[in-house]
Amino acid sequence: MTYHLLSIVLFTPLAGALVLLFVPRAQVDAIRWIANAFALAGFVVSLPLWNFDVQAAQWHFVEKAEWIPSIGATYYLGVDGFSILLILLTTLMGFISVLSSWEAITDRVKEYYIVLLVLQTGMLGAFMSLDFLLFFLFWEVMLVPMYFVIGIWGGGRRLYSAIKFFLYTLVGSVVMLLGILALYFYNHTVTGVYTFDVTQFQQLAVPFNIQRWVFLAFFLGFAIKVPMFPFHTWLPDAHTDAPTAGSVILAAVLLKMGTYGFIRFSLPILPEASHYFVPLIVWLSVIGIVYGALVALAQTDWKRLVAYSSVSHMGMVMLGMFALTPVALTGSIVQQLNHGISTGALFLIVGIVYERRHTREISDYGGLSKVMPVFAVVFLIMTLSSIGLPALNGFIGELLILAGVFVVNKLWAAVAASGIVLGAAYMLWLYQRTMFGTVDKPENAKLTDLNLREFATFAPLIALAVWIGIYPAPLLRRLDTSVARVITRVNSVYGPALAKSNCTTPTAPAITRPPAPTPGAPSLDLTGFAACADEAAPKKPGGK
Amino acid sequence: MMPLGFTRLDFYYLLPELIVTAGAVALLGGDVLLARGRHRLLTWVGLAFLGAAAVALAFISGREGTVAQGMYSVDGFAVFFKLLFLVAAALTILMSHRYLDVEGARPGEYYFLVLCATLGMMVMAAGVDLVTLFIGLETMAVSFYILVGYIKPSRRSNEASIKYFLLGTFSLGLLLYGMSLLYGLTGSTELRTIATTLAGGRGGPLLALAVMLLVAGMGFKIAAVPFHAWAPDVYEGAPTPITAFISVGSKAASFAMLLRIFFEGLPAFRMDGLGTIFGQPLGWTYFFYVLSIVSMTLGNLAALTQNNLKRMLAYSSIAHAGYLLIGIVAATPRGVMAALVYLMVYTFMQLGAFAIVVLMRRQDVIGDELKDLSGLSVRQPAAAVAMLIFMLSLGGIPPTAGFMGKFSLFAAAIESGYVGLAIIGVLNSAISLYYYVRVVVYMWVRREEAAAPPVVMSRALALVLIVAVAGTLVLGVYPRALFDLAQASASTLGRADQALGLLR
Repeated sequence: MTYHLLSIVLFTPLAGALVLLFVPRAQVDAIRWIANAFALAGFVVSLPLWNFDVQAAQWHFVEKAEWIPSIGATYYLGVDGFSILLILLTTLMGFISVLSSWEAITDRVKEYYIVLLVLQTGMLGAFMSLDFLLFFLFWEVMLVPMYFVIGIWGGGRRLYSAIKFFLYTLVGSVVMLLGILALYFYNHTVTGVYTFDVTQFQQLAVPFNIQRWVFLAFFLGFAIKVPMFPFHTWLPDAHTDAPTAGSVILAAVLLKMGTYGFIRFSLPILPEASHYFVPLIVWLSVIGIVYGALVALAQTDWKRLVAYSSVSHMGMVMLGMFALTPVALTGSIVQQLNHGISTGALFLIVGIVYERRHTREISDYGGLSKVMPVFAVVFLIMTLSSIGLPALNGFIGELLILAGVFVVNKLWAAVAASGIVLGAAYMLWLYQRTMFGTVDKPENAKLTDLNLREFATFAPLIALAVWIGIYPAPLLRRLDTSVARVITRVNSVYGPALAKSNCTTPTAPAITRPPAPTPGAPSLDLTGFAACADEAAPKKPGGK
Repeated sequence: MMPLGFTRLDFYYLLPELIVTAGAVALLGGDVLLARGRHRLLTWVGLAFLGAAAVALAFISGREGTVAQGMYSVDGFAVFFKLLFLVAAALTILMSHRYLDVEGARPGEYYFLVLCATLGMMVMAAGVDLVTLFIGLETMAVSFYILVGYIKPSRRSNEASIKYFLLGTFSLGLLLYGMSLLYGLTGSTELRTIATTLAGGRGGPLLALAVMLLVAGMGFKIAAVPFHAWAPDVYEGAPTPITAFISVGSKAASFAMLLRIFFEGLPAFRMDGLGTIFGQPLGWTYFFYVLSIVSMTLGNLAALTQNNLKRMLAYSSIAHAGYLLIGIVAATPRGVMAALVYLMVYTFMQLGAFAIVVLMRRQDVIGDELKDLSGLSVRQPAAAVAMLIFMLSLGGIPPTAGFMGKFSLFAAAIESGYVGLAIIGVLNSAISLYYYVRVVVYMWVRREEAAAPPVVMSRALALVLIVAVAGTLVLGVYPRALFDLAQASASTLGRADQALGLLR
């Protein structure tokens, strides 16, 4: 059972899609029940992943089988703490988005759930693959279902948005494919072996001029997906026109593909190029943070506002990542999860009112807290989580990122912090305009509050937001070895330091760190913050 | 000096060709002898002979050598292509089954000509002598000239036939000039002798001229820009199954012939030996490099604006010729292998796409406009899903076979250092997705015609679609067998110099 755990997690949604294929399309309720059952099953079977050996530095739940031996491609799955958390996020958000579609989707129900479940398998596969070709396959598999979700079940200019999403991501990924091929052939000239094994690539010492080009190729693929500042223009359209579940999946999981790609591939495989491009990426991120926030302030469309807030938040994630310190990288990963939780929830929230009123104009609302009190509370919690209020999840991520960035460059941290302030402004203003005041529109007076199913979609997200906000230690502990692996590889400053420091003493204090350090004391020594958790974790770059 | 003529053993190695010939004769006889109402039987007769040829092919696979005095080779390369042609021919015949009823055309001569064309293709893939190759090409081409104009009452069909004939003959002329120049330079029509003679360094402007003429002649046949002008009109006018067969079979056979001529006959002039251009040594890969880029780009750009499905597929097939040329430009075993993989993959996806066009042809509806597909997802969901798979595959999206094909081509380009070509290739495949996805939009999103009567699928056509979908998906998810086969086949190209007969 455990041995094939990843395959089971990976193919449960696909199995659901295949089952649905044989259900007559008229039996809409049966289709809904089956889809929900498989989505829930997909989440449940993924739960055992949480209990992996936190101390061990190697890949977990590894599966390897022959696939296309003549070119050295294998069916190679494996995960570490980082991807396990993203997988759990994916299975949870996948279930939530399926659950949230119960009443929203009435047209072509069968196709809808099939497409959603196929998408789920694609996303999971991308997070699990340790074979670069397999990764690329899953990466591209995600495109078409998402295109359909936006193009068929979306609203507004859905066709335009869908094709824009499709072509943008496609251009990025085909260029990335060339980067993969360049690595593949470089690896062959060095080792004489044709392989797409990512773990092998992570040990290569690629010459800088190759690294630079491959990095740019990867950058195009991943940055469009994230999306980073100049490549973000597809995102507001796609988000606005997608159905609720599509937006949730897009925000919570698909955007993480880009950041996952950077952390899993760009940083460890191309360490020198990563350093070289730090200024470029940091400034694009910083521009993204501020620009996204400013544009969000100017929106009159509720969903578009949340979409632009995504641009801002993902800029924060990228900034944390490319500070290249252990703390900031940990923060970046935590913030990816947070963004999935809070932005996913915010899109659900828009979906709730959109289903009732069929408008997303902020000015059409007002005073909703009087007619929908439970909804108002949920929205408030998620707003605060998105802003980064202490005791909620957003705070932990932003604090770690800012702390990690601060030691590298104070200016970056300062600009990023201003983004947080702007974030508070647009979110609280949105909350005030929609929830407070008088109910001056007669349509709003009759709105019903959340029903049980709708509340069920929010409950796990609220629980997670509070849990991560108050006690993030289990999460951080699971990231230690992943972060250490990336940082030792990418950062010659921290690498040897990590190898020497706490690792020799088995009782490393890293695990028992305070869950929420006070923001007034950034001077504590944060450089060794996410130090390796055991002796096996740090490796010398390029060697095994 | 060996005695001329065939040995008895030669016939054993020519068995697949002989069976196809026998099938063609049997079909012609059946056409005359069978009562008018029973002509539909001929479909199955044709298929039976193709199946028998495939069985015979299995017996000679794995052998390597030449027969018929070194004019004809029996190697993995030839077997690979013959298999491809037999599959394509069988699917074409299945597609035509109901189509001919609707058009009111006689099946006997039609199937006869399909088998003749198949025979020509098989000869093109196996010939290692310029004369053999030319006879194969001519057999195929003449069959197609007639087939394209087979729908006599249709003006489009007649016009296409004349255009195809005129331009085709012109290109054959060019090719013949090139071949005769080669013969004049070397004194031989055998590719291997040409290769060894020219390896001594005798090249010069005459050889360059010969190569240019050969490139132009083959360029016509594979429909590469700027020799592509015939393709859209012929594709649009020809009976749809024949369009499918031309776009798959004729293209694959021409690529086989191209590979034979350039890789077996002129291997020494790959990178240089033909003079200089812009101060760089000129080899034949240079011509294909240019052809590849302009074919990909212009083919895709022209396809963007097409509203007729067959014309769109014509321009897309021009673009695909461009992708395929990447493998030729790479000029490595991996490049050849990639081209073989792509041709096999292309067979399934392209034939499948045309099968959908055939499906849309009904009594009063020509059905080859994009808007005819509107709402197909409601009217015939299975066909819509199949078409979706073919379009994604043509665009190179995993997990379809088209991705594996494009992937191997781009890999070949990168390995040989043609990074620029690979970049142009991937950007082109991104552009191409726009018009492939447009088809999908018509099927799923536009619903104006959803109220139209449902599209009825015949069993023969359903079989074609099942085979094509299965091929497209299986080769996309688990392409191991295809890669192994293509690798083994590519490695035999140019290796067979041992005669298989008893005489040597």
